[in-house]
Amino acid sequence: MKKFALGLVCLMMVIGVSVAFAFQPVAEKDLKIGFVYVGPVGDGGWTYMHELGRVDMEKAFPGVESFFVESVPEGPDSVRVMETFIRNGARLVFATSFGYMDFVQEVAAKNPEVIFMHCSGYKTADNVGNYFGRMYQARYLSGLVAGKMSKKNVIGFVAANPIPEVIRGINAFTLGARKSNPDVKIKVVWLFSWFDPAREKEATLALIDAGADVIAMHADSGAAPQTAEEAGVYVVGYNNDMSHYAPTMHLTAPIWNWGMVYKHVVGQVTEGTWKSSDIWWGLKEEFVGLAPISDAVPTDIVALVEAEKAKIIDGSWDVFHGPVKNQKGEVVVKSGAKMTDGEMLGMNWFVEGVEGDIPK
Amino acid sequence: MRYRIVLRRRYKTGVFFEGILPVISIIAALLFAGGALLLFGVSPLAAYRAMFRGALGSGYGLSEVIVKAIPLVISGVAVALAFRMKVWNIGAEGQIYLGALASAAAVRFLPSGNQVVMLLAMTAAAIIAGGAWGYIAGFLKSRWNVNEVITTLMLNYVGIHLADHFIYGPWRDPSSLGFPMTPPFPPSARLPLFFGTRVHLGVLAAVLLVLLFRLVIRWTRWGFEIRAIGDNPRAAEYAGINYGRNVALLMFISGAIAGLAGMTEIAGLQGRLQPGFSPGYGYTAIIVAWLARLNPWGIMMVSFFMGVLLVGGDTIQVIMRLPLASVQVIQGCILFSVLGFEFFRNYKVLLLRRERE
Repeated sequence: MKKFALGLVCLMMVIGVSVAFAFQPVAEKDLKIGFVYVGPVGDGGWTYMHELGRVDMEKAFPGVESFFVESVPEGPDSVRVMETFIRNGARLVFATSFGYMDFVQEVAAKNPEVIFMHCSGYKTADNVGNYFGRMYQARYLSGLVAGKMSKKNVIGFVAANPIPEVIRGINAFTLGARKSNPDVKIKVVWLFSWFDPAREKEATLALIDAGADVIAMHADSGAAPQTAEEAGVYVVGYNNDMSHYAPTMHLTAPIWNWGMVYKHVVGQVTEGTWKSSDIWWGLKEEFVGLAPISDAVPTDIVALVEAEKAKIIDGSWDVFHGPVKNQKGEVVVKSGAKMTDGEMLGMNWFVEGVEGDIPK
Repeated sequence: MRYRIVLRRRYKTGVFFEGILPVISIIAALLFAGGALLLFGVSPLAAYRAMFRGALGSGYGLSEVIVKAIPLVISGVAVALAFRMKVWNIGAEGQIYLGALASAAAVRFLPSGNQVVMLLAMTAAAIIAGGAWGYIAGFLKSRWNVNEVITTLMLNYVGIHLADHFIYGPWRDPSSLGFPMTPPFPPSARLPLFFGTRVHLGVLAAVLLVLLFRLVIRWTRWGFEIRAIGDNPRAAEYAGINYGRNVALLMFISGAIAGLAGMTEIAGLQGRLQPGFSPGYGYTAIIVAWLARLNPWGIMMVSFFMGVLLVGGDTIQVIMRLPLASVQVIQGCILFSVLGFEFFRNYKVLLLRRERE
């Protein structure tokens, strides 16, 4: 009897799983999509780029209807926003910041017929997939430019939150900067916030005071480039081409092309081929890239960037291939070895050349 | 013929000012904000309909309004209690964080599989920690007359960073790949939920606190002392009421209540401690307490109303495709108008003919 019951449970689980996996195609005209944004669409950076991606997707799928709620805190409030989407007919939800992860799981479990895509997290379910990009590859290329442009050998890095995504970016940037200029040091200031233009500005000024003559950043707004322009210091933007914030001092910026993922996923959902997966595209797919490089940058550096980019795209080399040393100078990735995606996703240490702490 | 405007303070107000004026002020606000909505190119009526239907048109919307109101009522009572004695506790936010931090500590260091024991331990920890955070400001005020506006405000930042320290550091979930959050709480450390919604046991705590607030202020000796000091500290001093002891005790209790809000928020909704878990409840509580004129029933009503604005605000964005800014315009108009009309409750405006010189 016990065995029978166990068998029954197993059978039900199999049925349950297979039912959950089968997402029927949704006709374009029936597809409503909700986007949860962490900042205002006018932030000029992170959320702005997601919004461009959404509009791009709507153009490609004119029958689809999509809506968004902006400045949603990464807390229990996000559950209500996602539920509101679903109650207004959404069949697909994009949650565009890391902090929504657990709440996506919570809402997804209650709404198995709705598909969720979470940006930058690591938890999946039958109806939850993840999407993110190998931004570290573009960061590395921007580092090559920044390293060469620093005369004082000090680069300031305005960094949002001390989580692996940002740490990975700082490390990749540092590896790039030290390839083109082995003496350069990267000073890091944490904001503990994604979007806080006032603090982004203060951090930029503090880094300039500390001797930085190039600023790089991982934050959602254009405040750091704007401040660097005012101070007459070179700056590497982020998210999009931020040269309109710093017309004379902007060197380049690692940028996102979110529309690609949005069109890809919506295509899958309308065809009925969507399955839970982790999308982690990079330079090769042109999901991440570099904004146009400033004329102030010498041509040999531009050539170096192109050469390194070609190596990454053809797969012969990637940023975290050994040897990579940590801050203490110990070899963490041996020569000939490379970090796995899992190790990169959990990266919680700085490479040699970074000056700053990760709160522990 | 010359006229001059004279303001005369009202000492008595009737039904009109207590009941009807707030309604008029909200209608005026909706008209005013309606003008702004027209500028956005949408029909104000449709927007308001979407807003109120989203918040009150379904069981789900209503339950979410209550979920938002819970922390506002609890922390609203916390600051209203202090304000009643004219002690300006601006530090509810930090006290909320301390309460949440301490209840997370209870889960971490005194885990129990028994839900009642676990929740009681978390509650006790939250009350003590929030209370202690308030007491620091209370003690400094009673001993050296240090301005509590400054100390409580500054302690907010300290409290938030203290919580961040543990979340980013020693209490970080080892399985979170370095992302800042404590491990999820076990089921025994979660507040029971009602009717399949997110309304949690904190709703009872909120109602109980409102009743208790009423009872203590109205009917107890300590409540009398609070009122006496609040109305006239000098006179209270002459009457033999000890200001120092009362201010310290008051700040402890005010902080303890705010701490409880932190506990119910993470045990009821979040299920773990994460940075930024409170979107500024401690600050909104100040607005709530003021709009309610420190009245316990008012705190409940205003919190509920704030919940409607928040929940309905999401729906406006989804259905009307309006930016968040337009929702904030509506919310701002309402708060501004309600507070503005307060003026007419407090003052009589007279137009007098200027006498010949």
